[in-house]
Amino acid sequence: MSSKIVVTGLGIITAIGNNIEESYHSLVNQKSGIGPISILQTIHKDNFVLGEVKKSQDELIEMAEVDPQEPWTRTALFGIIAAKQAFNDAGLDKSKGKIGLVSATTVGGMDRSELHYTSFVHDAVFNAFIDTHHAGDSTEKIADQLKIKDYLTTISTACSSSLNSIMFGARLIKNGIVDKVIAGGTDGLSKFTLNGFNTLMILDKDQCRPFDASRRGLNLGEGAAYIVLEREENAKAEGKKIYATLSGYANANDAFHQTASSEEGDGPFLAMKNALDKGKLSPEDIDYINVHGTGTDNNDLTEGRAMIRLFGDKLPAFSSTKAYTGHTLGAAGSVESIISILSLQNNTMFPNINFKEVINEIGIKPISKVEKKELQHVLTNSFGFGGNDSSLLFSKYVGS
Amino acid sequence: MQARIKTYCHIKDNKVYLNGQLHFESEGTLSIKDFLKAVYKHLNLKYTKFYKMDEISKLGFLASEVVLEHANNERFDESGIGVVLSNSQSTLVTDKVHQVSINDSANYYPSPSVFVYTLPNIMIGEISIKHKFRGENAFYIFEHFNTEFISDYINSLFTDQKINACLGGWVDQSAENYEAFVYWTEIDGKTENAPEHTEEQIKRLYEIILK
Amino acid sequence: MEELIEQLKVQIIEQLNLEDIEPDDIDPEDPLFGNGLGLDSIDALELIVLLEKEYGIKIENPKDGQKIFFSLKSMAEFITENQKN
Repeated sequence: MSSKIVVTGLGIITAIGNNIEESYHSLVNQKSGIGPISILQTIHKDNFVLGEVKKSQDELIEMAEVDPQEPWTRTALFGIIAAKQAFNDAGLDKSKGKIGLVSATTVGGMDRSELHYTSFVHDAVFNAFIDTHHAGDSTEKIADQLKIKDYLTTISTACSSSLNSIMFGARLIKNGIVDKVIAGGTDGLSKFTLNGFNTLMILDKDQCRPFDASRRGLNLGEGAAYIVLEREENAKAEGKKIYATLSGYANANDAFHQTASSEEGDGPFLAMKNALDKGKLSPEDIDYINVHGTGTDNNDLTEGRAMIRLFGDKLPAFSSTKAYTGHTLGAAGSVESIISILSLQNNTMFPNINFKEVINEIGIKPISKVEKKELQHVLTNSFGFGGNDSSLLFSKYVGS
Repeated sequence: MQARIKTYCHIKDNKVYLNGQLHFESEGTLSIKDFLKAVYKHLNLKYTKFYKMDEISKLGFLASEVVLEHANNERFDESGIGVVLSNSQSTLVTDKVHQVSINDSANYYPSPSVFVYTLPNIMIGEISIKHKFRGENAFYIFEHFNTEFISDYINSLFTDQKINACLGGWVDQSAENYEAFVYWTEIDGKTENAPEHTEEQIKRLYEIILK
Repeated sequence: MEELIEQLKVQIIEQLNLEDIEPDDIDPEDPLFGNGLGLDSIDALELIVLLEKEYGIKIENPKDGQKIFFSLKSMAEFITENQKN
């Protein structure tokens, strides 16, 4: 029995599109979703730019096709919208084996909690939102909508959360716990995160410039992305289209600092190397890397150093797509997994917009225009606070 | 090969237990902050980064320190040592501190060092930083300590040969209460008499002190 | 200046949770980061908050902190200069 895990469904909503087609269109046209704040109610409205999904609460409820009387957080609504797309795209059928849901989030229902926080104490009008605060709420809501009962769990490991949910989903299948998995992550923007990242002084007031010498920090974004994983023979038996093979994955700890990466990127290096080992591939097999590339001083420098350590002078083409979507935190890993899969499928690498000048210390240059090339193996990185570093390896599907 | 639980620690109600035996007890009932400081002093750690952690990280960190003092973990390559912890409240206590600091526009001074700790896996980061553990690490949230999940998860890391040893457990804090159960599990012929790393054994050990 | 330095010692110990350190343990000329008190990048950000909260001085670029926070003395000099203006 083949143990290949393949991707058979995709779903996404971010600042650059409400579905796969819109997202792809924005990427090839180099259209960023980052701009002035118009949805989040914050005193920093004029100080920062964000990758907001420009939809009101009512519009999201309509898109998600859910009961407007229930308490919904943006985090849950994004999750439902993207997970439904993936579910339908893969034509999942509950009569054909067990289905699991592995969903990541970092702030959970904070977007509504902070709006209704004072009301919780003074009157009971919004008290239904108290139960939507915890990280598991969005996962439960998605599962309810898709009627998934066999297995659900929530992962919260900072910015690497949703790469970890895909990795965990693959293991659930390999260990025979479920047959198919919807894996990814969701996060709605909140004052909580904006203010928090502001205290760390790693927010750029303009559009972020990953891997550029003049980079000043990241832009926060929001959204959700999910992929459907299943065994190759399953997908073939049901005659499904196969987007890609998940050929390797790894997680490691940087063991250096709560928020900063180690000088030489030890954790990032281990994550990438172990993902290649898992996929039985060597560095020269990699055609493209969708890097973590947040645009902070520390990340880009140390991620770059880790890449140079692993790939030497044969560094593959790479780019960060954070300047399109913003950093979507708990959704970032799955958003960028989908972008990586779109690259593989279309043999197209999306440029690292806003890049102008190489970082002196590392001297490496991301791709800066849309490039077409036959792609076989694509690596994607997500590194999180707490030193939680992950890499996934997607490969073009070749039938066996 | 079967992984075994070599040593474990419980912390609750001003008491620290090692392998089920009382290891340290504070004089009188202390606040969680003072109690954790008393444990730190008792362990004679000389690790000033400790004071910068939020309470739940301190709790997980100290439980790991007690365990690691008896784990003999130096025998293992750090990149093969994992950390998988869980709780029910994530970092709710610290989240509130951050929330309050951004709520009052007249006294608006959010603290970077508070915000950093609003992620539960920072606790794992703290443990990893101290001991240079570089293996797979994850933090999970469950309503109650999910022994089935934790045993399956860690055992599959052993099966996949991702790790050779691992810290596992439950570290939880609410406004009123705190409890920790952290254990060290490894694959080693020298630990044949130790309990097997199975759901039943994890549950049994957890319940020696915590219920 | 002397007085300001003594005041800063207490404030730093409080803000950075340096519970095992007494004001007299800190030499005004010793580096605060690296080996000295073993402070790190998060502590530098906390010091930026301290400057704003206690002295009304705002620092926009965290990189400026490296020079300002080199030692207690440099920090006190910076505060004195900027409060005059």
